[in-house]
Amino acid sequence: MNILEWSFLSGVLTATAPVLLAALGGLICQVAGVFNIALEGQLLWGAFTAVVVSDLTGSAWAGVAGAAVATLLFAGLLSAAAVSLRADPIVVAVGLNLLALGLTAFLMRQIFGSGGTYTSPDLAGLPTLAELGLDVPVLGPQSPLVPVALLLVVAAAWWLGRTRSGLRARGVGQHAEAAAAVGLRVGGYRHGVTLAAGVLCGLAGAQLALGNVTLFSEGMSAGRGWIAVVAVMLSGVRPYRLLLACLLFGIAEAVGFRLQGAGLPQQAADAAPYVITLVALVLAAVAGRRRRENA
Amino acid sequence: MTEPPAAFAAELVGVSKRFGPVLANDGIDLAVARGEVHAVVGENGAGKSTLMSILYGLHRPDAGHVLRAGRRVRLRSPADAIRHGLGMVHQRFRLFPGLTVAENIVIGAEPVRGGRLDHTAAHRAVTALADRYGLRADPSALVGDLPVGVRQRVEILRALYRQAEVLILDEPTAVLTPGEADRLFEVLRTVAATGVAILLVTHKLTEVLAASDQVTVLRQGRVTGRFTTAGTDAGELVHAMIGRSLTPPAPRRARPPEGDPALDVRDLTVRDADGVARLSGVSFTVRPGEIVGIAGVAGSGQRELIDSVTGLRGGTDGVLLDGTPVRPGRDPRVAYIPEDRHGRATAPDMSLAENLLMGGQRTLATRFGLPRAAVRSRGRELVERFAINTASVDLPIAALSGGNAQKAVLARELTRPSRVIVAEEPTQGVDVGVRERVHALLIAARDQGAAVLLQSSELAELRELADRILVLFEGRTVAEFGPDAAEAELGQAMTGVRG
Ligand SMILES: Nc1ncnc2c1ncn2[C@@H]1O[C@H](COP(=O)(O)OP(=O)(O)OP(=O)(O)O)[C@@H](O)[C@H]1O
Ligand SMILES: [Mg+2]
Repeated sequence: MNILEWSFLSGVLTATAPVLLAALGGLICQVAGVFNIALEGQLLWGAFTAVVVSDLTGSAWAGVAGAAVATLLFAGLLSAAAVSLRADPIVVAVGLNLLALGLTAFLMRQIFGSGGTYTSPDLAGLPTLAELGLDVPVLGPQSPLVPVALLLVVAAAWWLGRTRSGLRARGVGQHAEAAAAVGLRVGGYRHGVTLAAGVLCGLAGAQLALGNVTLFSEGMSAGRGWIAVVAVMLSGVRPYRLLLACLLFGIAEAVGFRLQGAGLPQQAADAAPYVITLVALVLAAVAGRRRRENA
Repeated sequence: MTEPPAAFAAELVGVSKRFGPVLANDGIDLAVARGEVHAVVGENGAGKSTLMSILYGLHRPDAGHVLRAGRRVRLRSPADAIRHGLGMVHQRFRLFPGLTVAENIVIGAEPVRGGRLDHTAAHRAVTALADRYGLRADPSALVGDLPVGVRQRVEILRALYRQAEVLILDEPTAVLTPGEADRLFEVLRTVAATGVAILLVTHKLTEVLAASDQVTVLRQGRVTGRFTTAGTDAGELVHAMIGRSLTPPAPRRARPPEGDPALDVRDLTVRDADGVARLSGVSFTVRPGEIVGIAGVAGSGQRELIDSVTGLRGGTDGVLLDGTPVRPGRDPRVAYIPEDRHGRATAPDMSLAENLLMGGQRTLATRFGLPRAAVRSRGRELVERFAINTASVDLPIAALSGGNAQKAVLARELTRPSRVIVAEEPTQGVDVGVRERVHALLIAARDQGAAVLLQSSELAELRELADRILVLFEGRTVAEFGPDAAEAELGQAMTGVRG
């Protein structure tokens, strides 16, 4: 394989990682019966807080940790409203998505003094694995969060299938009344997955703003959180299928990038990954249903 | 401190519980000893489920308390109850359809090895339990794929797996065939013999007399009788339950059925998605003023037959209503009393008044919408006419007791201008008083010229009501009997034994 193709694969992984991290958050929520459509807002919030902390401390890892904590707190709004107060999670999530958009734009002006895009030499990006001494093809140019995301897919599958809490979470998601009747604390599991999804979205945001690029721009999540929601719904809550769905988006984005290099207008290149992903995911879902109906 | 030897396994003392205006439990005392099967009976809405839910930590009593082995315990959740050795099989199943049988049984107390679920140990434990009590269930089957009888076993196995010392069963036989019910009672006997105290809620007095040691009767939230089973009989229990004796069944039909068939099923064949015939060449007619009963073991084609007759399976030339083919969807010419009370028959979260109107909304609609006042006043009228026991017509129908929800379904369906009535297990889970009423309503409808198709797993009910009984076996009508057929004869035909 030549260097061009390696770099294409590498681009695919880069584009996949943030979507995948957010989608894993959505997946564990779905498992326990929380329909979490606040991924987009949390991703954006994660990206913003990662940049702020990294800029203040000069440490990318502090940025990652800051994003994880800040997004955990942000997700706490969702879990408090939707789980404790039993508000409609969809309504709350829509509110949070709007809040993230407005709040990041506002705070950006407060902290960095201007809107639009912020970048600075003080802003530390995540190191690549190559810089850390692991110079292998494809993964070399990635941040350490990329292999972490891939490993988390395996971990999620293991958690769901092999652990006690995974089984219980599935039970809570399938039939909350029955879960309560066998003595499970339904609310506890739902808080847990919602908050964990916050952490994952924080990581996703950090990867987006400090790994894929080293900057923050308004609305930079650009629909990736929604792609993650779609991927969760079409994955049938199976982690490996979720990975495939997210990879599809990564491929589409990498292709779009190439096409732009080959002279496709930028708007078309920007839109391409979303269009391709949605069409492919829906076709896959339709094909899957056909297969099941014929079986 | 040693526990007093005479202590009951579980005791409810002076328990009261109010739901809004309804006093569901009013100072109830109930005690069950180790090794005893204690039946709790009472009309629909008498407060049986509420009382059992209090014992299982699902509801907190407004007054009174619970003793377990002589000591006072506080049950704030099912988790507390489970810790104190209580187990419950719920009236409406509490199972996880997407989990396997083994997972459903062990969840909450899973065997773990080295931080991971021990699937092998779970399967072994489930198999061992299943063998020990003769409750067969494949540990790796998905619960969602299982028939109700097996699901019930899973619920019981779950309680046994948790080593419940007090086992509560809330109407466990409502969904079982007579054979399965007998089997269940044998199991309960075996379990009780190991020292487990069993509380059995049921409506069926024959079951009470056959399976229990003690009986407590509830009526409108109070205890109205305590009996030792050996020293009582059905008449005495009924009297304590409904405060009067049952009137003897209405005399058989006054006039013979007449005229052209209102329902004509001709050579009806139904295949499932795999192309397997679930009904093959079924033909029969129901004339106005006639009740035709359908008997058969579960899954013999009853579901397909009823769905075809009501049009729910789509239009077909095999079913003629007054000479014209049934219309797809829900044919308005058929009144239908479905078995699945909170799925097909009602919209559980909508109000009683709305549920009573469904399907008849056009009669009340104006050009601008559906006037609420009219909906509610019609609701109140039906509540009155059909003696539905409820605090208000605005309550969601799911909050009504099972029997009252069933009366509501009947009220709605029997007031439709339909000449054909399809009733599916119309007295499932309802008390003797309601049962009597439901039967009277069906007979009255027949006498007014309705053609009634009655499917029931209770042979006694078919023999009491039907003018003719058709037996389905593997999708075919294998026999037809008159109302005075012996149960043994019917039973043989139902299992495919030709007489
Ligand atoms: N969650 C609730 N909210 C409001 N009312 C309720 C609730 N649960 C029960 N009730 C009312 O309390 C009364 C007792 O109900 P319960 O379910 O205990 O009766 P039951 O004896 O189990 O009847 P059935 O034989 O029909 O199951 C009924 O009038 C019912 O409408
Ligand atoms: Mg009940």
